[in-house]
Amino acid sequence: MAIKVFVPRDTTALAMGAEAVVTSILAEANARDTEVELVRNGSRGLFWLEPMVEIETPSGRVAYGPVTVDDVESLFDADFLQGEQDHPLALGVPEEIPYLARQQRLTFARAGVIDPVSLDDYLTHDGFKGLEKALQASSQTLVDEVKTSGLRGRGGAAFPTGIKWQTVLDCDAEQKYIVCNADEGDSGTFADRMVMEADPYMLIEGMIIAGLAVGADQGYIYLRSEYPVAHQILNEAITNAYDQSYLGDDIRGSGKRFHLEVRLGAEAYICGEETSLLESLEGKRGMVRAKPPLPAIVGLFGKPTVVNNVLSLAAIPYILANGGQAYADYGMGRSRGTLPFQLAGNIKQGGLVELAFGITLRELVESFGNGTWSERPMRAIQVGGPLGAYLPESQWDTPLDYEEFSAIGAVLGHGGVVVFDDTVDMGEQARFAMEFCVAESCGKCTPCRIGAVRGVEVIDRIRSGERPEANAELLNDLCETMIDGSLCAMGGMTPIPVQSVVQHFPDDLIRAADTAGEK
Amino acid sequence: MTSGTPNWDRQQVEQVIDSLKDKPGALLPILHGIQDVQGYIPADALPMIAEATKQTRAEVHGVISFYHHFRQTPPGSHTLQICRAEACQARGARTLETYAKARLGIDYHQTTADREISLEPVYCLGNCACGPSVRVDDKVLGAVTPARFDTLVEELTCTPLEVK
Ligand SMILES: Cc1cc2nc3c(=O)[nH]c(=O)nc-3n(C[C@H](O)[C@H](O)[C@H](O)COP(=O)(O)O)c2cc1C
Ligand code: SF4
Ligand code: FES
Repeated sequence: MAIKVFVPRDTTALAMGAEAVVTSILAEANARDTEVELVRNGSRGLFWLEPMVEIETPSGRVAYGPVTVDDVESLFDADFLQGEQDHPLALGVPEEIPYLARQQRLTFARAGVIDPVSLDDYLTHDGFKGLEKALQASSQTLVDEVKTSGLRGRGGAAFPTGIKWQTVLDCDAEQKYIVCNADEGDSGTFADRMVMEADPYMLIEGMIIAGLAVGADQGYIYLRSEYPVAHQILNEAITNAYDQSYLGDDIRGSGKRFHLEVRLGAEAYICGEETSLLESLEGKRGMVRAKPPLPAIVGLFGKPTVVNNVLSLAAIPYILANGGQAYADYGMGRSRGTLPFQLAGNIKQGGLVELAFGITLRELVESFGNGTWSERPMRAIQVGGPLGAYLPESQWDTPLDYEEFSAIGAVLGHGGVVVFDDTVDMGEQARFAMEFCVAESCGKCTPCRIGAVRGVEVIDRIRSGERPEANAELLNDLCETMIDGSLCAMGGMTPIPVQSVVQHFPDDLIRAADTAGEK
Repeated sequence: MTSGTPNWDRQQVEQVIDSLKDKPGALLPILHGIQDVQGYIPADALPMIAEATKQTRAEVHGVISFYHHFRQTPPGSHTLQICRAEACQARGARTLETYAKARLGIDYHQTTADREISLEPVYCLGNCACGPSVRVDDKVLGAVTPARFDTLVEELTCTPLEVK
């Protein structure tokens, strides 16, 4: 019988050479007259080990990584197809790798285990159990279950999902929509991408349940165009789901309907903001809408619309299958359930770490991340994407929890954790925050559109030693104006990273000034 | 190709528009469809798009210029995007960016003289644990050092001539 070999088709695995490894394994197997059955799974999210190749042995799966083309011959020589572990790249049983063993994987339980587009795989790994229950339940029961779970939106704003759904359910309208926000624009984040590439049926199932819960029969996944692999996999999965009537006019013979389509964004960070996203879906420029009205009441094409992040929707099947309370049992305070943290940037063991809220930032980057990739001391950690604060070491003992983070003027956002070593010039990072806002502002309001341009200029002046004190004051005023006068969090939160640099790394701004002044 | 309107395939564009114009909010799918087959949105296609989506030409133009992805001039044979975002910065993206511009002799939004490579910035490709990241057409590459960048450029520019 052919031996099953797993090589991920995940973006990072591919970026690190998975395709060439596949070619090489097939050629080597052929040369040795060995039959292998290739499975293109998703990634388990241990990215420093990608491409991670797994073999199915009679006693379970074993892993090897990171595998390059040059390793393939020696892996065959070492009988890796029989699961032999006498090879420098042998990792043993993947679930026992400490990085994975110490996680609490609810949403990412199947990631890397299954073939993402195989419905059979999904079904044999508890797939569609939530939907099965949902098809029997009333809309209100479904919304109540989500309320019980305590789930708060994972896109950044952390708004309770059950309450949002209730608002849409309570609207009396012929047409309602479910929109999945898959714009994942934050640097340092890839959890949405992993869901879509490793376990797309979970997202589809979550969206169908959302539709049943609020009375919507049309869904859209607004996917950023920077994710071509996710696009391909989602479309394959949706086609299969239609073929097996999980989508369509008669979901599994229930008489209920739900249709789903992927729509591509076009490289605009602001289109992750929900109202800008809706404008974009309607075929317009992604200009932010004033709220109220809430999208839940006047959303896509003016109809009541649930807009939820990929991770929020992906948590739904678990909540329905196991009960809202099972989910709420994880976490701390008002942050219930798990959050998939994403370790990125200058980190040795970058990847996805799904844990209940409450672990400290230090524990996360030290015990999971294992220090920096450059092996130099860590200096700053940016949490929560480009609008998130840079945290100095004195703040690393803060527990990862929405409220704890806001108490120190920081945000958790979508769970991105970007590590910088001691070569970083924090003045440059502050400048970039403003520069990014210049590039990505939708342009609707002056404090953001003009403020960010002025912000870059002022930081440049401070850094070149031009009246640093007066300009620092000006920068502070500018930040306050952006915070107070911006319509959305793009302009309103860009000052967060800037002010965190001013507050915690002032020497980087001033040091630059000193050196320039000496010339 | 000299000056003037570059060649574009009106029929192909018409087909794209026809197949997508009845979707709700059809404009972005249409623009993607056209750029996928033509490489850019030809100016002469604007009236056709405007008519099909019942928007004014100015509105369509406004949409095209709002999004970084859409371009109104033909790209080189390959589009090469360098990730400028924070997680890649932390692993050397700024050095790579400077190196790439010098190596190709162009800035962002420009195309090499031999029309092989168009250079564009991008803000995150979702490969943030293994940067610096680069996207070439539909392929994402990780851990791109200046040396790897050289190899990449050589591969891209040394493709054998197509025999027609
Ligand atoms: C500038 C900006 C960018 C955003 N980008 C995203 C994004 O990429 N993905 C996302 O899910 N939410 C993003 N959001 C948050 C959304 O506006 C919205 O809160 C979210 O999609 C709601 O879903 P949730 O409740 O499931 O989190 C962004 C918000 C702002 C202000
Ligand atoms: S804050 Fe910036 S992005 Fe948000 S609405 Fe105003 S101009 Fe647009
Ligand atoms: S920051 Fe470069 S890939 Fe995400």
